[in-house]
Amino acid sequence: MQKEYKTITEISGPLVFAEVDEPVGYNEIVEIETPDGQIRRGQVLETTSDHVAIQVFEGTGGIDRKSSVRFLGETMKMKLTEDLLGRVLDGSGQPIDGGPEIEPDKREDIVGEAINPYSREYPAEFIQTGVSAIDGMNTLVRGQKLPIFSSSGQPHNDLALQIARQATVPEEEKEGGESEFAVIFGAMGITAEEANEFMDDFERTGALERSVVFMNLADDPATERTLTPRLALTTAEYLAFEKGYHVLTILTDMTNYCEALREIGAAREEVPGRRGYPGYMYTDLAQLYERAGRIKGQDGSITQIPILTMPSDDITHPIPDLTGYITEGQIIIDPDLNSQGIKPPINVLPSLSRLMDDGIGEGLTRADHADVSDQLYAAYAEGEDLRDLVNIVGREALSERDNKYLDFADRFEAEFVQQGFTTDRDIEETLEIGWDLLSMLPKEELNRIDEDLIEEHYREDESVEVEA
Amino acid sequence: MSQGQTSDVREDGVIESVSGPVVTADLDARMNDVVYVGSEGLMGEVIEIEGDVTTIQVYEETSGVSSGEPVETTGQPLTVDLGPGMLDSIYDGVQRPLQVLEEKMNSAFLDRGVDAPGIDLDELWEFTPEVAEGDTVEPGDIVGTVPETRTIDHKVMVPPDYEGGEVVEAESGNFTVDETVVELDNGEEITMHQEWPVRQQRPASEKQTPTEPLVSGQRILDGLFPIAKGGTAAIPGPFGSGKTVTQHQLAKWADADIVVYVGCGERGNEMTEVIEDFPDLEDPTTGNPLMDRTTLIANTSNMPVAARESSVYTGITIAEYFRDMGYNVALMADSTSRWAEAMREISSRLEEMPGEEGYPAYLAARLAEFYERAGYFENVNGTEGSVSVIGAVSPPGGDFSEPVTQNTLRIVKTFWALDADLAERRHFPAINWTESYSLYRDQLDPWFEENVESDWSEQRQWAIDTLDEEAELQEIVQLVGKDALPEDQQLTLEVARYLREAWLQQNAFHDVDTYCSPEKTYRILGAIKTFNDEAFDALDAGVPVEEITDIESLPRLNRIGVQEDYNEFVDELEEDIASELREMY
Repeated sequence: MQKEYKTITEISGPLVFAEVDEPVGYNEIVEIETPDGQIRRGQVLETTSDHVAIQVFEGTGGIDRKSSVRFLGETMKMKLTEDLLGRVLDGSGQPIDGGPEIEPDKREDIVGEAINPYSREYPAEFIQTGVSAIDGMNTLVRGQKLPIFSSSGQPHNDLALQIARQATVPEEEKEGGESEFAVIFGAMGITAEEANEFMDDFERTGALERSVVFMNLADDPATERTLTPRLALTTAEYLAFEKGYHVLTILTDMTNYCEALREIGAAREEVPGRRGYPGYMYTDLAQLYERAGRIKGQDGSITQIPILTMPSDDITHPIPDLTGYITEGQIIIDPDLNSQGIKPPINVLPSLSRLMDDGIGEGLTRADHADVSDQLYAAYAEGEDLRDLVNIVGREALSERDNKYLDFADRFEAEFVQQGFTTDRDIEETLEIGWDLLSMLPKEELNRIDEDLIEEHYREDESVEVEA
Repeated sequence: MSQGQTSDVREDGVIESVSGPVVTADLDARMNDVVYVGSEGLMGEVIEIEGDVTTIQVYEETSGVSSGEPVETTGQPLTVDLGPGMLDSIYDGVQRPLQVLEEKMNSAFLDRGVDAPGIDLDELWEFTPEVAEGDTVEPGDIVGTVPETRTIDHKVMVPPDYEGGEVVEAESGNFTVDETVVELDNGEEITMHQEWPVRQQRPASEKQTPTEPLVSGQRILDGLFPIAKGGTAAIPGPFGSGKTVTQHQLAKWADADIVVYVGCGERGNEMTEVIEDFPDLEDPTTGNPLMDRTTLIANTSNMPVAARESSVYTGITIAEYFRDMGYNVALMADSTSRWAEAMREISSRLEEMPGEEGYPAYLAARLAEFYERAGYFENVNGTEGSVSVIGAVSPPGGDFSEPVTQNTLRIVKTFWALDADLAERRHFPAINWTESYSLYRDQLDPWFEENVESDWSEQRQWAIDTLDEEAELQEIVQLVGKDALPEDQQLTLEVARYLREAWLQQNAFHDVDTYCSPEKTYRILGAIKTFNDEAFDALDAGVPVEEITDIESLPRLNRIGVQEDYNEFVDELEEDIASELREMY
C-alpha cells in the first residue's frame, strides 16, 4: 500500500530531498532504505505537491540517490506503557538494554499538544531536595521547570543525581501516603563516561526500576537529538497524566540539543537568528519546557530539571538566555565556588525560583522561610559587594558592620551552601543553619524579617560570641 | 466557523506546500482574510499573495497536513467578537475562550481544529435601553446598558459602521447577544454583539493630552516615574528581574476601570497564577473580585506562533471597545519581544529580506502602530475614555541596545528599566532609578499637587537629588571606603539607603505593602525627609554621624510600608526621630 520512491534528488548534511507525486503530510515519518539494506528514519520538514525535504535522524552517511524512500503516513509516535519503567532506550526510543520489545499500551504523537492554561493547576507543593541552597533559597515545587545552568567541567551531573535521589514531598510522607514517583532521564549528546556515571548511580541506588532512560550519546547522530527530549516528555506525560505518577524529568545537555537545531537550520539554508541559531529556537525550546506542570483534577505531575552548559560561562549566550525566559527560574553553578571546593557549587545570587513564593511558608515549609531567605539573600549580596572593596582598601579600613557582613558571606558559603553531594538536609535543618548565620548580625540589621519571627528564632548568644 | 470536521471545509483552493506554520495554497483570497486550512480546518490568515500562490500563516500546529488538502476562505479579516461576556474571560490569541475549548475538547490539552465564538451566544443579558422611540442616534452612540459584572456596566453602542437614524423600537428585557434590542428607521438592527477587525483601530473623535495619572499603587512608579491614563510605558529587563511581577502588580492595583492582560508567548503557569489569584483578589476601588474588570488573553510560548502574533491586536481591540464606552482601560502586554519574535519567525519562513538581527524591516512600523492605539480619547459618542499600554520587553541577554527595546523606546513616554543587579540583591521592584524616566511627570504634577499634597514635586526632586548624589558618592566609596568620606556625605549615603530600602523597595507579596496609595507614598518619603533635615541640623551642631545614624527609632522607617494605619505610625516616628536627635545637642 505504501508507495516506494527512488527519486532522491539531493543529499545535504542531515537533509534528503526527494520528488513525490502524491501528497505527503508535514512532519510525517519516512523510512529510507539504502542499497545495502540499512533502514534510516527521518521526518518531513517541508512538503509541496512535487517534492519534500526530509531530515534523517540517524545520519545520511551511506544514503545514495538509488536509495528508496517510504512515507509511513503518520507523524512520529512513542510507544507507551507502564512497563517502560526500568528500561533503557536509545535516542530514538528503541530498547538498548537487551530486554524484550516494547508492547505498547498506547501510541502517542511526540510533538505533544499545549496544555490549556485554563486547565493547569498552579504548582505549590514543596519538593524537598535536601540541598540547602535550593530548598532554602530557590525552592523547587512540583510541576516546575527549573534548569541547572552550568559550564563545562562543573559537577552539574552530581547535583542532578543528588536531586533525583533525595527528592521527597515531606507533607505527603507525614500523611503516610506514598506517591508514585518516576524519573525520566533524557540524555542528548553526553559522553559515554557521563552516561556511565548516571547509569551506575541509578543501578546502585535502585532508582533504575522507577526510571526510563533515553540515551543519545555524543557519537550518536546529532539530528536524533531533536527527537530524544520529545520522546522523553511524551513518556513523562503518559506516566503523569494517565498513570498518576509524579515524574521528575532530567534533560541533559540542552546545549547539545540546540547545536543540533542549528545544524539542521544551517543545512536548510534558513535565515539565522542570533549566533547562527534558528529564529524559531525560542518557540522550539518552549515546546519542550512548557511540557511540565500540573493539571486540575489529575494526581500526577511533571517536574523538569533541564541541564545546560553555558558556552564560555556566558549567561547571555542565546541558549541560557532563551531558556531563562521560558523556565521558572534557574540554578546557577559557579566555577569559582567549585574551585573553592564548595559542594554543590551553587551561586544563589543569580539563581532564582519563580514559583517559590507559593510553595513555602506556614503549613508548607515553615512560617519564617520567606523572610529568612530574603534576609540571607540581602546579607550575602552585601558581603559579596564588600569583598571587592576589601581587595582595594583592606579589612582594617572597613567598619565593624562591614566586617560582620564579610564574615557572614564566608560562613554562608562554608556552612549553608557547602554540604557535599551525599548529605540530605531537611528543611528544618536548612532554616536552622540560616538562623545560625543570621544571628551573627545585629538584630536591627534583620530588616526583612518580621519582628515576631526574630524574637522566636534569633540566637542572642551567637551575636555576643561573634562580637567578643 | 469551523467545526473541525472534514465535510465542513469547503474547497475554495488546495494546499501546495507546508513548512511549519506557513502554508501556501492555490487560492483566490484577499490579503489578511481568515481561511481554514486542511481537512481538519485549521484557522489561518492570508499574509502574502504572489500570482496564484497565496501564503497563509496558520494559528494551529500543522503536523500531518499535506499538499492537496482543501482550503476554505471566509472572505473576512481576523475579527473579534465584542459584547457582554468578555470580562472574567480567558482567551487564546485569536479570541477562542479557553474554558469553552476545554469543555469542547474534553481534555486538558489543546486539540486542533476546534473553534468557538469569543462571547457566549446563548447567554441571556438584561438590557436596559437609554434611548426611546423617536430619538436620533449616530454611530458609536450608547443605546443601552447591561450589567455585565458587579463592577462594570456594559454599554451597548451603535456599531461604528452603521449609518444611524431614528429609533423606532427599543426594548428592555433579557436577550441573547444576537437578538435585536434597538431598531432604527432605516432598518438597521442593533444587537449587543459587534465584530471588529483586529488590525484596524476603532474610530475616535480626537486624541487628547493626558493629564491624569494611572495610579499604580507602586511607590517607585507613582513617586518617581508615573504613567498617565492613556499613556504608554515599556518595562524592559533580563529574565528574573521582575517584568511579570510588575505587570501583575499593575493589573491588580492600577486604578483603571478595565484591565486587559495579554500573556503573549510567556509561561503557562504564570497565566494560571492570574486565573487562580484574580477571582480571590479585591479590586481596591470597588471591593469586588478583580476578575470582574479583567479580560485575559493567554497565548503561552508553546501555543502556535502565529496566534501569538495576533494576540496583542486581539487585546488592544477589546481595550478600544471598552474605551468607546467611556472607560479607562489599561492593557498589559507581556511580552512584546515574543510578539516581535513571532513576526521574525513568520518573516523568515516567508524568506523576506531581514532587517536588524533578523527582525523584519517593518518591525519599527508595527510597534509604532500598536502603541499609537493607546491614548486619551474623546470618543465618537462624546464620552471620554483612555487606553494605557504597558509593554514588557525581554531583551536577549538583558542588552537594551537590541532592536525591539530600541524601537519601543522611540515611541513610549515612560521607561521602567529593570536591573538584574538589583534583582540579584532582592531589591524589588528592581527598577533602576537612574536609567528610568517618565515624560509625563510635568503634565501629571498638577494632579498630584491637587489630590495629594502641594509640595509633591519638590519633595520628589529632593529624593531624586539625594539618589543622584548617592550614585556619585558610591563611586568614590568603591575606591576608598565609606569611612574616608566627610561626615555630611556619610550622612547622605545613610539617607539614600533609607530611600532605597524604605521607599523604593516594596514587597509585592506582603498583604499591606503590595498596594501603596499616593498619600502613603508621600508620607513615607516625608518621614525620610524629616530624618534628613533633623539629622543635618544635628550634624551642624556637632553630633558625630555614627551617633545620628544609630538612633533607636530609625529602623522603624523600614516598617512604614507594612503598616495599615500608617498616618499615626509616621506621626509618632517623626516625633521620635526629632526628639532623639534634638536631645543630642
